[in-house]
Amino acid sequence: MKLFRNRRSWAWPYILFLVLLVLLPLALIGVYAFTDQAGHFTLQNFVQFFSKSEAVNTFIYSIAVALVTTIVCLLLGYPAAYIMALRSFRTPAVMALLFILPMWINFLLRTIATVELFHMFNLPLGEGALLFGMVYDFLPFMIYPIYNTLQKMDVSLLEAAMDLGANRVQTFTKVVLPLSASGIYSGIVMVFMPTVSTFAISELLTHNKITLFGSLIQRSFGEGGIMMWNYGAALSLIMLVIIGATSFFGQNDNDDSQKGGLL
Amino acid sequence: MSQVITIDRRGRLSRVAGQAYLWLLLVVLYAPILLILVFSFTKSKVFGNWTGFTLGLYENLFTGYDFEAQVRVDPNLYRAILYTGVIAIIAAVISTFLGTLAAIGIYNMRQRGRRIVSFLNSIPMINPDILTGISLFLLFVFLGISRGLGTVIAAHVVFCTPYVVLSVMPRIQKMNPNIYEAALDLGATPWQALRKVLVPELRPGMISGFLLALTLSIDDFGVTFFTKGSDGVETLSTFIYADARKGGLTPELRPLFSLIFLTILLLLIGMNIRTARNQKKLN
Repeated sequence: MKLFRNRRSWAWPYILFLVLLVLLPLALIGVYAFTDQAGHFTLQNFVQFFSKSEAVNTFIYSIAVALVTTIVCLLLGYPAAYIMALRSFRTPAVMALLFILPMWINFLLRTIATVELFHMFNLPLGEGALLFGMVYDFLPFMIYPIYNTLQKMDVSLLEAAMDLGANRVQTFTKVVLPLSASGIYSGIVMVFMPTVSTFAISELLTHNKITLFGSLIQRSFGEGGIMMWNYGAALSLIMLVIIGATSFFGQNDNDDSQKGGLL
Repeated sequence: MSQVITIDRRGRLSRVAGQAYLWLLLVVLYAPILLILVFSFTKSKVFGNWTGFTLGLYENLFTGYDFEAQVRVDPNLYRAILYTGVIAIIAAVISTFLGTLAAIGIYNMRQRGRRIVSFLNSIPMINPDILTGISLFLLFVFLGISRGLGTVIAAHVVFCTPYVVLSVMPRIQKMNPNIYEAALDLGATPWQALRKVLVPELRPGMISGFLLALTLSIDDFGVTFFTKGSDGVETLSTFIYADARKGGLTPELRPLFSLIFLTILLLLIGMNIRTARNQKKLN
């Protein structure tokens, strides 16, 4: 039982689990991406992607959709978080809860209900519906982290800024905005990552009129069968690179929250 | 209110505008849900068609039989509900166990090891569900494991456990690190010390981790989609997706999710009333 006296070893089952079910699978994406069906090394999968303008366009379009969604979420969500955190609301916590509550309804069902809403008002299902649905689904992910950082902010800092002669705009840009930067970063990451990789929402919202990169990946693992797995893995690897870059961006300013987390 | 902010002396107008903005956002956010609620009280097959008020769909949902149309409610719906529950509970139990042990282990590691494991732990949280799903799909194919209930549960444990680790960790940091040793010195076996000393200390973190895992598992679509195989394992998410692609949505989903929504709403209201009452007592 000496093993268990050393509590460091208690993490070993989980470490083994992570290696087997997280690292190895991710490595397999790389392996499949650079091999053909027979298992020989090839760059064919990437050539296939970059030579098809349709696929590349889908890729660029998906990134654009994710960027626009993220920006709209930030523009709508920041004021909401600000109002909730800094105006004397009788019940800011209840308000914050109200913004999270919809997430308890299955997002596919909510998306279908959104489509129904568009039908009711005779709105066309296209780009507009796609953006609306994406913003609708991911807005809480933007509001919450920003609300959290703003709420932790010391209000006397604002008073100090005002007392020292800053006007309202200056107080906002020089004090509030920098102090909420970490919330903004994590909000951006939390909205951008799922939107750039989504695959079911776009199909439902546009009745398959618009294909996003995520759907492209999904299809290579779907009906097409085994022929497309290597191609799909190559697309997944491209997605993985984007996700890695985004999370790196998110970590720039997140030292504080990390300290509160694991260390 | 302990913290009335007095900076804003132009106060009233801008506060009203601010509140109006929040309520407007909430109205838009809740509109689709309201639609589901409203149309759970009519019996039309097509979502969005009002054919008169009735509790018929609720009756169908609970009896499993549509007496008017003389047909059974899609039995797959009930299997999906069952699968969703079973998968969520098993995955949450395993994650809570694995994650709590891991958190204790990580806490006792040296700086460098801690950083490495923390990084590994964050990968499933950062990874979008499509990548987690596809990478696990490739793993199961690679190892020749046929996909089904077991692979779905394993996959759910993958993305749930990191959150358990994160919810237990703050409790460990607050805990007196010597009580475990004290228990051992007083003759407890490691297992007894874990059960009687550590677990009671860590319980709040474990419970919130468990609930978080439950929620994440119930809500998941992407990972389940790639790891469920074609043996008929369907959760509510994949059931709804398949349903929507076929064109029609099983009408009984409307009362089902209305009930889920109302239950959670009531729970939250109840919790808030309780904390408000406790605060009053403290004052």
